[in-house]
Amino acid sequence: MPLLKNGTVVEDRFVAVTDDDPLPDGVDVLVPLERWRTLHDALPPGRRYGVRLKSHQLVGEIAPDLGTLALVALELPKFRDGRAFSGARELRERYHWQGEIRAVGHIIPDQYLMLTRVGVDTVEVPAERLTDAWRRALGEFSIAYQAAQDDAPTLSLLRRHLRAGEPS
Amino acid sequence: MTHIQSRPNLAPDAHAGAYRYDAFDKTFVRERVAQFRGQVERRLSGALTEEEFKPLRLMNGVYLQLHAYMLRIAIPYGVLRSPQLRQLAMIGRRWDKGYGHFTTRQNIQFNWPALKDIPDMLDALAEVDMHAIQTSGNCIRNVTADHYCGAAADEIVDPRVYAEILRQWSTLHPEFTFLPRKFKIAISGSPQDRAAVQVHDIGLIATRNRDGAVGFTVYVGGGQGRSPFLAVKARDFVPEAELIGYLEAVLRTYNQLGRRDNIYKARIKVTVHEMGAEAFLNLVEEEYARLPRDRFRLDPAIVAAIESHFAPPPFEALPARSAALEAARAADPAFARWLRSNTHPHRQPGYAIAVVSLKPVGGIPGDATSDQMEALADLADRFSFGEVRVSHEQNLVLAHVRQDDLHALWQGLEAEGLGTANLNLVSDIIACPGLDYCALANARSIPIAQRISERFGDLDRQHEIGELKIKISGCINACGHHHVGHIGILGVDKKGEEFFQILLGGESASPAAALGEITGPGFSADGVVDAVETLVSTYLALRRPGERFIDTLNRTGHGPFKESIHAAA
Repeated sequence: MPLLKNGTVVEDRFVAVTDDDPLPDGVDVLVPLERWRTLHDALPPGRRYGVRLKSHQLVGEIAPDLGTLALVALELPKFRDGRAFSGARELRERYHWQGEIRAVGHIIPDQYLMLTRVGVDTVEVPAERLTDAWRRALGEFSIAYQAAQDDAPTLSLLRRHLRAGEPS
Repeated sequence: MTHIQSRPNLAPDAHAGAYRYDAFDKTFVRERVAQFRGQVERRLSGALTEEEFKPLRLMNGVYLQLHAYMLRIAIPYGVLRSPQLRQLAMIGRRWDKGYGHFTTRQNIQFNWPALKDIPDMLDALAEVDMHAIQTSGNCIRNVTADHYCGAAADEIVDPRVYAEILRQWSTLHPEFTFLPRKFKIAISGSPQDRAAVQVHDIGLIATRNRDGAVGFTVYVGGGQGRSPFLAVKARDFVPEAELIGYLEAVLRTYNQLGRRDNIYKARIKVTVHEMGAEAFLNLVEEEYARLPRDRFRLDPAIVAAIESHFAPPPFEALPARSAALEAARAADPAFARWLRSNTHPHRQPGYAIAVVSLKPVGGIPGDATSDQMEALADLADRFSFGEVRVSHEQNLVLAHVRQDDLHALWQGLEAEGLGTANLNLVSDIIACPGLDYCALANARSIPIAQRISERFGDLDRQHEIGELKIKISGCINACGHHHVGHIGILGVDKKGEEFFQILLGGESASPAAALGEITGPGFSADGVVDAVETLVSTYLALRRPGERFIDTLNRTGHGPFKESIHAAA
């Protein structure tokens, strides 16, 4: 499935492996949490690992493993299910994790900018839904009232009032 | 030497206590309208499914009702400047049927727009720094506040300052825009709660500690709807600097743990109830303990900058007692009656808070015509620094009126049908739109409100009865706040027929906040009006001097009241 980063399609280096598939040799794999639990005590070396969390599986479940993970994929079963937004922020803010955060499942372009602002790097988009709306969505707002994960560590929304002093 | 010059070019609303948009806010609202235009286009082209479009239009205030679309416009914490009220009048005239409906969340809604016109309506709103953002949808809604803010004699902290900070913080919040369910925050700054804080997802009471520092008593998990709960106290005192961080912790805990399997169990009140308040609040405290405090620290300089928008208007130094007012009161009994019910003490000597009733006898609670809105904007310019507030009880407030001007103001209101002297009386009814408009309703509520109001049409009789809050909902979603009415009326559908249950003993104001109890079997539309009259007669027979309806009810218990309406059935 096409993978978007910064609004453009990039190569997906991870192969999705289900609970029952054998691990393919020599490639990076993305596994469900249940599979990860059977693997993580004896990881075959020579590849990178990612874990896919369903929306009810909170990121705290993989907190002890974050040091060995390169990717966490957060699933939105329906786009209205916004738990992934908190999950991404917890990965960055609480666990200070620097790896790739990927949003997967049912996502609409109107969520793309907010996903990036909570720390998501990549979004999986079905080929038939890959329109220009995704790229445009990143530029729809030139400003935001809250600090994003990559902003200065302040309440950016209100800092401007210090600069401005007087309402214009 | 300088001398005071007249400033003929100063706008009449120059001193209105309202937040003024800067370039940042204006850009944001324009971009948001452009985004919505794009979403409408993508829906029409089929790129967005109806399922996907629905939450997006809701987050721009667009509902699909029984007969038409409805546009709900945000009035942040209920504060309007006169040019904004005139623009709402224009919108009502041009794109609706010449009126608008003020809501219990201090917003206004138009019930008859066409979907194709809505982007143009949003453009017209943007011209006066208004929008419809987050007036619906599963996000943080318009923050509501005490409608007497900045004026009430008993106010400790001006809640507008913090309501505005929360407005900015919650606007398109990247983490909290797809919550399990809607999320409502209310804030009061007086010991006398006028914002119904305990029936909100988060209720805040701004206060000061012994050192004079501002902080907030935080309540979590209240709400009405089909399972009503009063919010529980989460913290006695969250210091001002920590307000945003603490709310982030509450919202993040709820966003991750709130139920998403059942829309009727998705509000935070159910999460708190099912987990237990202590368990939920422990998780909030854990989350808060590990949040990066500095990141969310509310800098006093920021608060001061926001506060400058709400500086007191240039009050005149006046004697506490107005001779002109006393003369008019003595000469005009109808005016004296209005003064008694519809004015409230102001902190500034010689001034008063005046409440404009949108509940004329037999009228539709909360409705105002475009003509009335324009007249009111003019009266606000003449008498109250060009500022108007919307109360959660669906009335309008002119907050800073010279006592000397009250008679002229009242005459101006009377000329527009806005001078009804019934604030907090039996005909000052909150009612939801009900089956006349709403797709969810089981029964009508507006006609019931109208008939009760007509039954008690004699204003002198209403004054004799005294404070009595009737609240009517046309279904269990409780938009008419029936759970917290002294008398609550709930419309239900029984085999295709409307029935009305009566609840007794509700109260919206903390700390006395209480949920009403159902008295017994429902009544027909005719029967419920008779039953209200019987309850009032029972009260009048039982009351002791100085007791309000709710006081007598609380003293005697519900027994005599229940018997009076159900014994006859």
